[in-house]
Amino acid sequence: MRRLLLALALVAAPVLADSDLPPAPLANTQLPDAKQEAEAKALMVTIRCLVCQGQSIADSDAELAGDMRAMVRERIAAGEKPDAIRAWLVQRYGSWVSYEPPFDRVTWALWVAPILFLVVGALIARTSFRRRRV
Amino acid sequence: MIAEAGLAALWLGAALCLLQLTAVALTVGGKAELAGIVRPVAVMQAALTALAFGLLIWLFVQVDLSVALVFENDSSEKPLLYRFAATWGNHEGSMLMWVTILGVAGAAVALLERKLEERTLLATLGGQAVIGLGFYAFLLFASNPFARLMPVPPEGRGLNPLLQDPGLAFHPPTLYLGYVGLSVAFSFAIGALVTRDVGPAFARAMRPWVLGAWIFLTLGITAGSYWAYYELGWGGWWFWDPVENASLMPWLAATALLHSVTVLATRDGLRAWTLMLAVVAFSMSMVGTFLVRSGVLTSVHAFAVDPKRGSFLLALLFLYIGGALALFGARVGTVREGARFDPISREAGLVANNLLLTAILGIVLVGTLYPLILEASTGTKLSVGPPYFNTAAGPLALILVAIMAAGPLLRWRRDNPKLLAKRVAPAAALALVAVVAVKLTAPSISILSLLGLALAAGLALASVAPLWKRNLLRTPLFVWGMVVAHLGIAVSIAGMACDSSFTAEKLVAARVGETVAVGPYNVTFDAVDPTFGPSWQALQATLLARRGDGDVLTLNPQARTYWAPPTETSETAIHTALDGQLYTVLGKQAADGRWQLRLWWKPFVTLIWAGGAMVAIGGALALIGRLWRARRKPQETRA
Amino acid sequence: MTGAAKWAPLVLFILLGSALTYGLAKPESNTIKSKMVGVSVPSFTLPAAVPGVPGLSSSDLATGRPHLVNVFGSWCLPCMAEAPQLKQIADARVPVVGIAVRDKPEALQRFLGRYGNPFRAIGADDASQVMMAMGSSGVPESFVVDGQGRILQQQIGPINPEDVAGIVAAVKAAR
Repeated sequence: MRRLLLALALVAAPVLADSDLPPAPLANTQLPDAKQEAEAKALMVTIRCLVCQGQSIADSDAELAGDMRAMVRERIAAGEKPDAIRAWLVQRYGSWVSYEPPFDRVTWALWVAPILFLVVGALIARTSFRRRRV
Repeated sequence: MIAEAGLAALWLGAALCLLQLTAVALTVGGKAELAGIVRPVAVMQAALTALAFGLLIWLFVQVDLSVALVFENDSSEKPLLYRFAATWGNHEGSMLMWVTILGVAGAAVALLERKLEERTLLATLGGQAVIGLGFYAFLLFASNPFARLMPVPPEGRGLNPLLQDPGLAFHPPTLYLGYVGLSVAFSFAIGALVTRDVGPAFARAMRPWVLGAWIFLTLGITAGSYWAYYELGWGGWWFWDPVENASLMPWLAATALLHSVTVLATRDGLRAWTLMLAVVAFSMSMVGTFLVRSGVLTSVHAFAVDPKRGSFLLALLFLYIGGALALFGARVGTVREGARFDPISREAGLVANNLLLTAILGIVLVGTLYPLILEASTGTKLSVGPPYFNTAAGPLALILVAIMAAGPLLRWRRDNPKLLAKRVAPAAALALVAVVAVKLTAPSISILSLLGLALAAGLALASVAPLWKRNLLRTPLFVWGMVVAHLGIAVSIAGMACDSSFTAEKLVAARVGETVAVGPYNVTFDAVDPTFGPSWQALQATLLARRGDGDVLTLNPQARTYWAPPTETSETAIHTALDGQLYTVLGKQAADGRWQLRLWWKPFVTLIWAGGAMVAIGGALALIGRLWRARRKPQETRA
Repeated sequence: MTGAAKWAPLVLFILLGSALTYGLAKPESNTIKSKMVGVSVPSFTLPAAVPGVPGLSSSDLATGRPHLVNVFGSWCLPCMAEAPQLKQIADARVPVVGIAVRDKPEALQRFLGRYGNPFRAIGADDASQVMMAMGSSGVPESFVVDGQGRILQQQIGPINPEDVAGIVAAVKAAR
């Protein structure tokens, strides 16, 4: 029960663990260029908040999430590509920080599964049908 | 005293459940002396459990702090509604609600079910008793809601502020009625496997129970989504969070079951599929309960319970699901397979529907569990979120929408492709027109949203097509139900596509007096004032929103601080117009005195939940229609 | 239903059940380890966080002497708890440097005045940028960095009294 409270408290911004400084400027304001802001937003919803119980940095009130949003916006404004920023974060925190799982040695099964289900499904369907009389 | 009475009622209920099981086992085994007591015992068991639940509610409403659970989740400062709803805003209380609904569902079957053959009905009640015993044991030995607390504390810890919302009074009970209602279908399947009585009569008997549970599940998920949307303050309504997925998986299975049972009822086909889906649907409910309460998955919504309780639930899962699937494997071979059908037929469409729903279910299951399995086996931490689920399940869902459009227009058993094409042509044409029109007006729309909108348009037209050239007043109610439900899906998908493509977002640091434009609105930041409520204090912003030269609307988002337990939340202020919602949130004040404001214009977002409600209404129409017809024409052999 | 197919659901469930059992037996850990361990410290330059104590840059960590880099904040409760341990480590003649995350000079001075100053340099990381660059996900964390600026190990959370000997040994063993 305590863990539940703690978990929800992290969502609802705990009163006791705030730092002294206000949020970074670009944490809560948008980039002036709409296209860049859209790029940044699209990236932010797929980056996981490091100190939350399962939220993206775009949806979190946590301070570190705000700093990460600020970092993303700064870099996009400077011209960096979203994939490069994601790669930078994955290099530091591992695949866990990205909500989009990679396609590699340990995760290929995840991406192959949908196709596998479709194929198996089609095979099963075929057994239910009787042959079409031409 | 009351707590002890509640506990005693629970023990008595468990004992009666054991008696119910014993009586059924003896009867099925050949000794029919106790057959007569099964129904009364089922009803009494339900009454006792309901009494225990009622007593727990009473303890919460009265804030009896000598009960540990009340101390941890309740507080005398809370308004009546939240004291009442706090009963199930925790693990033990919601588990008791689960067991109560399980018992009441069994009693309902015992009292109301008239169409089923006697032996199968008794076997069904036996199935309910088997499930009940495990959960009674879990409740009594590992999650006692009536445990006492000495010495009695002066005040309770209070309910988490995020849960202090009417949503808590509505969302869990509806969801649980759905989850646990599926146990009836599960028990029916067990009963049918035991007595080998699987046929149209069985399907017609099972159908209302499946419909009922499915309606509640649909409502529960829709309500939960809307609650999260306005409560969490960022405008999202679905996150593919493990707990959300845990509610979606039973719904997918139940939807497939719903359609499968109709094939069984009308054409005596898909026997094995129907039995398996009935087992899978409640199995997904149980897996979901396990995931949410064992602590194996991280989620904002999870009850974090210790792994010991998780082990107990896992053991129950192995026992029930393993047992049911073993029974399935052993007996299904002896169930005579129904008639086969043509690849172009309504049955084929429903088979495709089943397969796609099951595939989507599989994807959601794999995506939810993959991080868990990967970390346990290799130590690598992974996150699987919306990018995966949308990419993997999205296309399948779109194919499903296309089949949903064609399905009701297909004839049973065998259809002519050319004639089918003629029937489907208007909807297909509309979809094509929609693709072009949307792409021209919104060139940068994503492919998934584009197809979603187009297919939703096609589905909308196709779902009302069965009413074409029919005498509307003489059309059976269940046809209306199908029309409304499918139309609801189209509406909901249109809403989802609009929200993901056309939402306008403004995050600003504003001074009092500034005006911000978002979507068609100009929002003026008028003031920030302190305010307070029964257990919180807040800073409330006054926003004046104006659309063109229309009326000025006042919105009051708040940044609240609760003191028991100390938490900060933000209360959104939403204005609902005919074509969308203006969603406003007040954030913190920056060092230079400016206030953080989050404003969204979300066109047609309400269609998401309106569609969900329509789906549930369609289900209700179908249920009423079926029950009414059964009452009026009891001799009917064809549905 | 064919012979094999009717047992498929049970088999699939047993696989699922095994996965869940496995998951329950080895629960998820809540800490996110930095993937920068074994790699060079990313280049950075941080201004001084308090007057009188120099700022910190990555070149300071590649001078040939190993360091203990402590990521902390004066507002963070466990950081206060680990202050005695840091003092012990500094007393054992281990170079300790700090990165102050989201801190104000006055608050930091009060903190150092109250708990002592084991730091030879403290860099001000106002927007958590260097903290992120090092793969740290919160405070307090400590990194053992060798003389060439390579990160050797990461301590997540406060340094407990029993951890002190191990950390001192690790820094002393580093080149």
